[in-house]
Amino acid sequence: MAELSNTISQRAARNRWLLLTPALIILIFAASGPLLITLFYSFLTPGDYGGVEWEFSTDAWFGVLMQRDIFDDTLGWSDAHLSILWRSVKLSVLTTIACLFFGFPTAYFIATRPKKQREFWMLLIIIPFWTNLLIRTFAILELIRNEGTINSVLMGLGIIDEPIQMLFTEFSIILGMVYVYLPLMVLPIYASLERLDFRLVEAGYDLYATRFNVLRRVILPLVKPGVIAGSILVLVPSLGAYVTPRVMGGGNQLMLGNLIELQFGQGRNWPLGAALSITLLAIVMVALLAYVRAAGNEEVKHG
Amino acid sequence: MTKAITAQSLRKVYPGNPPVEALASIDVEIQDNEFFTLLGPSGCGKTTLLRLIAGFEHPTSGKLDMFGESLLDAPPYKRPINTVFQNYALFPHMTVSENIAFGLQMLGTPKASVKATVGEMMELVQMSHLADRQTGQISGGQQQRVALARALAPRPKILLLDEPLSALDFKLRKQMQLELKRLQTETGITFIFVTHDQEEALTMSDRIAVMSNGAIRQIGRPREIYDRPADRFVADFIGDTNFLPAEVISNNAEVTRLRLSSGQEVEAHGSGSAQGKVTLALRPEHAELTADGAGLLSGTLREVVYFGTDTHFHVTLDDRSDFVLRRQNSPTDGNDFATGDRVGLTFPAGAAQVLRD
Repeated sequence: MAELSNTISQRAARNRWLLLTPALIILIFAASGPLLITLFYSFLTPGDYGGVEWEFSTDAWFGVLMQRDIFDDTLGWSDAHLSILWRSVKLSVLTTIACLFFGFPTAYFIATRPKKQREFWMLLIIIPFWTNLLIRTFAILELIRNEGTINSVLMGLGIIDEPIQMLFTEFSIILGMVYVYLPLMVLPIYASLERLDFRLVEAGYDLYATRFNVLRRVILPLVKPGVIAGSILVLVPSLGAYVTPRVMGGGNQLMLGNLIELQFGQGRNWPLGAALSITLLAIVMVALLAYVRAAGNEEVKHG
Repeated sequence: MTKAITAQSLRKVYPGNPPVEALASIDVEIQDNEFFTLLGPSGCGKTTLLRLIAGFEHPTSGKLDMFGESLLDAPPYKRPINTVFQNYALFPHMTVSENIAFGLQMLGTPKASVKATVGEMMELVQMSHLADRQTGQISGGQQQRVALARALAPRPKILLLDEPLSALDFKLRKQMQLELKRLQTETGITFIFVTHDQEEALTMSDRIAVMSNGAIRQIGRPREIYDRPADRFVADFIGDTNFLPAEVISNNAEVTRLRLSSGQEVEAHGSGSAQGKVTLALRPEHAELTADGAGLLSGTLREVVYFGTDTHFHVTLDDRSDFVLRRQNSPTDGNDFATGDRVGLTFPAGAAQVLRD
């Protein structure tokens, strides 16, 4: 009997591994594999026409933040890279804040509609998602460029004499990213709000809390998981954004994604591109850890 | 006596297709310091009335005053009225003491005073030992106490209770009934209590309003409601009742003389103006069995059910209607009637109530 049950448990274990195989293959070849190759490439020498020479070098990592003067060979901070890094972080954080600012009321509005109407409002939020990212970005561009809809209307009405320069600024990049990533903020907050027991809101009003206090003391603490999830979902792709800053920033407002693309394209410096990619990954991970820890601490304090 | 709440022709219609009339036209006065109960089956409008008083809903028309001043323009957070919700609605992200402190904090009470009152309230509901627990970690009965303490802490003028005992088990419910009554007497706050449980209403209330279909059928002290139901709905909803057809012979303000289906005549209480055919309500414990032919009515004993404290006799009357009679048991009682016997039924003058139709 013992032997039989042994065989059965062995077979069960084998079956489990067999069932896991597809997931494991994907994890190894599609997730960890490319990451390891990227890490490996970042320690090689750039080839003359792109690609890599099989020669160990730490120059790429060195070049992420530092640069050697072409003339006197002195070491210095790489101002270009630092400013791009700073812009990436700044614009991503601002985008996340803006998404929260517009996304929360939107989610609240939808969650407080009668059940039948909610689907309709959700559909309106999701529809842009079905369109190509590039098309959506160009649509925004069409609205805000100097000869675009907004400027033409304002000039036509005689409110302004010269077009307002909105395109190719940090504002236009944030606008573009907010437009693209807003649903990622609305959806998780809506999911949290939908589960919220609105009788608690009534209890808040009943106990003399004003609208603002009900929001601050009752609603926000209860939908915090949704707010955190939404913020992560917006912040992470914003940090690595490529299309939006390229189109809305016009090439002089680079973000990390564009800098990386440059190294693999015109820059012909694959190792530097690889090192920058790993740097981006590290920034995202640090940001996530900080965020989750901050949120977690809060939880412990209340819980 | 001052009136805590005065409602005049209060009406609430929920829009929709078709619109739902939750309150038809309510007139009610609730006295200060009163334990007032709104009693009725679900969907009768009792919770809607409570929500109008709390301020969560706005009436379609009518007047609603508190201590002589209109409530209609005040949002819920400006009304000195607190609610104990049916599911308690405790804030799950706060501890027991934080929940109780919430109302006081929102009123801007100084910290030291909040702390003192919270301590006092936890003492009052015997929850001091669980002050730092999360609300999810305490039992239903304890949550009930916290909800009560939370609503009482800001010292409201009126406390609304929306079926607060319905989620508790039988024994705890009995205990909380007494405790609620004690709290009401101790604090002197006007309690407006909503329930569908007639026994709960009879034990705790100073006065009861029986509601159905968005209207108040009768308002009175528990005894009046039980002994002198105004109409068939009230008689049927509260306790067990036998309905007897009868014909009015004569009446004055207090007493009506009637002829029963058996041809016998009897005096009953109420409805001085009734004429022609009416319905009489008679509680099962107010009738007695007699020998066949000796009573006001006669019939055949169909079933005898022993209940410990009392025995129920099911009789089919000669007009083929059913009648239930309840007799208190005593150890010296013999079993004088058996199933299948011909029996007579009698009841004292004034025991039956003429119902308004």
